[in-house]
Amino acid sequence: MNWFFKNNINTDLITPGRYNITTDPYELAKIVFIEHKPEFAGKVKKGDVIIAGANFGCGSSRETAVTALKACGIQYIIAKSFARIFYRNCINAGLYAITADTDLINNKDNIVIDTKKKTIINKTKNILIPADISPLMAKIHEYGGIIPLLKKKGLKQFKKIII
Amino acid sequence: MGQTIAEKIFSYHSGKKVFAGDFVIVELDLVMAHDTTCAWAIDPFYEIAKKVWDKKKIIIPFDHAFPAPNIAMAKLQNKIRVFAKEQNIPIHTNGVCHQIMAESFINPGFLVLGADSHTPTGGGLGALTIGVGSTDAAIAMATGTCWFKVPQTIRIEISGKLKQGVYAKDVVLSIAKQFGPEGGNYRVLEYAGPTVMSFNVSSRLTLTNMSAEMGAKAAIVAPDKRTAQYLKENGRQYLLNKDLNSDEDARYEKIIHIDVTNLTPQIAMPPDIDNVEEVRKLEKKRIKVDQVFIGSCTNCRIEDLDVVYKIWKKNRPNTSLRIIVTPASKRVYLQALAKGYIKFFTELGVQILNPGCGPCLGRHGGVLYDGEVCVSTSNRNFTGRMGSPKAFIYLTSPATAAATAVAGYIADPRSFLN
Repeated sequence: MNWFFKNNINTDLITPGRYNITTDPYELAKIVFIEHKPEFAGKVKKGDVIIAGANFGCGSSRETAVTALKACGIQYIIAKSFARIFYRNCINAGLYAITADTDLINNKDNIVIDTKKKTIINKTKNILIPADISPLMAKIHEYGGIIPLLKKKGLKQFKKIII
Repeated sequence: MGQTIAEKIFSYHSGKKVFAGDFVIVELDLVMAHDTTCAWAIDPFYEIAKKVWDKKKIIIPFDHAFPAPNIAMAKLQNKIRVFAKEQNIPIHTNGVCHQIMAESFINPGFLVLGADSHTPTGGGLGALTIGVGSTDAAIAMATGTCWFKVPQTIRIEISGKLKQGVYAKDVVLSIAKQFGPEGGNYRVLEYAGPTVMSFNVSSRLTLTNMSAEMGAKAAIVAPDKRTAQYLKENGRQYLLNKDLNSDEDARYEKIIHIDVTNLTPQIAMPPDIDNVEEVRKLEKKRIKVDQVFIGSCTNCRIEDLDVVYKIWKKNRPNTSLRIIVTPASKRVYLQALAKGYIKFFTELGVQILNPGCGPCLGRHGGVLYDGEVCVSTSNRNFTGRMGSPKAFIYLTSPATAAATAVAGYIADPRSFLN
């Protein structure tokens, strides 16, 4: 399922400060968008996609926003642009944050995301949408996050992994 | 080719001359994580390391909800205490993280990582201070390093003398109106020009702090004699031996000129930072206010409380409102105590909270209910930020907040300052 959001979705809307007082991803998955879109946490399924406007994830640096979205099953976040700390947090978490013109995706469109070809295929409209995916994000995603990657390769490899 | 201050600081910390667009791994001077973001950094840290890279360079302030208001928060703080003890790192409980970083730790030219979005605040001292999430903080605590793409700089040159009742907060709100919440995304905002250089460090910190609301990676003011004076007042030496001025031929993404001579008090209306209006226009609407919050890393230094005192000395605040003052740090609290403000405010019926973030993020001490209106000197007016998602948060300078506390509705401070 595709979940649509407007511009400037801030991390206070994703995991409000009063609810994100835990380090447990599964507890966080229960409170994601608790006030902004109360039906979200109950209905979201593994593999769902968020499609948003500009500046997704702005505001607070709280990494729980990314942890919660990943834990509740979101596979891709596609937005016109991302706020920088949220974007870094997605890179580190191994959650795909894809920059694309989301105006070309409507509510009921059937879309397929090809991360290798960096393209979103809108089957309903029969168009290809260019998708910007950071190579570092793709690399880290393969390992399920920067921490599993560093654990596997060793901390001394940090600079080599990044550059 | 010349460099901006940000490019110079990235160069000093990466060991090569770099420019916007370059990819760098830098050696950090300090890493800061507070009573929530540090808790989220601990598990990832222990996945990859046993000992921190340098215990003297890691700063852990408890400020977001301290003392703990509930069991969940107490649990997070307990987790951090165990970690801090294991790593032999002190925990600081003397104010908002960005304020104590400025008072006690940040030097001009430093490159600092902070696990908090308002980390750009420290740039008011001529350092490059960058906000990240908890995993980046965990890796930095383990390695002392972090990767960055050197950002473009936007230079904001401000000229003109501010009129009475108009402050740095009004200036930066007017800039936020122009930039919007994404206008500074991935960029460094470099504040310059005669108005900025005439500002004391307290006012500069207000500019850099609010830059986070425009998405900025960092914000900076070139250090000068006022910076040196600030460090001296805080019992510190100015250790600068490197060039920290942008070169004349430095490349900027753009340069913006702003004349603030005719600026009036500004207010950001809920729920967006760029939803900015002149206070005098809102005053006519007689918007009734339930709570006034004077605090946060944006605006509760002693210079801010001087203005509040000046207004309340002549005009008694209306205590049918809840009025909360949260000094930004222990140092500010003690300054306010010495000047008699704490006694005076308390006698007026104002609630003085302990130094820290206070009600800014809705976790404790001044949470709002449905339909309530709050005028706050903080930096975020997002829906639900200070409590109920049905509450309304307006952001202003301390003067406008103090004037509003007197009037009971959103009020222009200029008529209270004559």
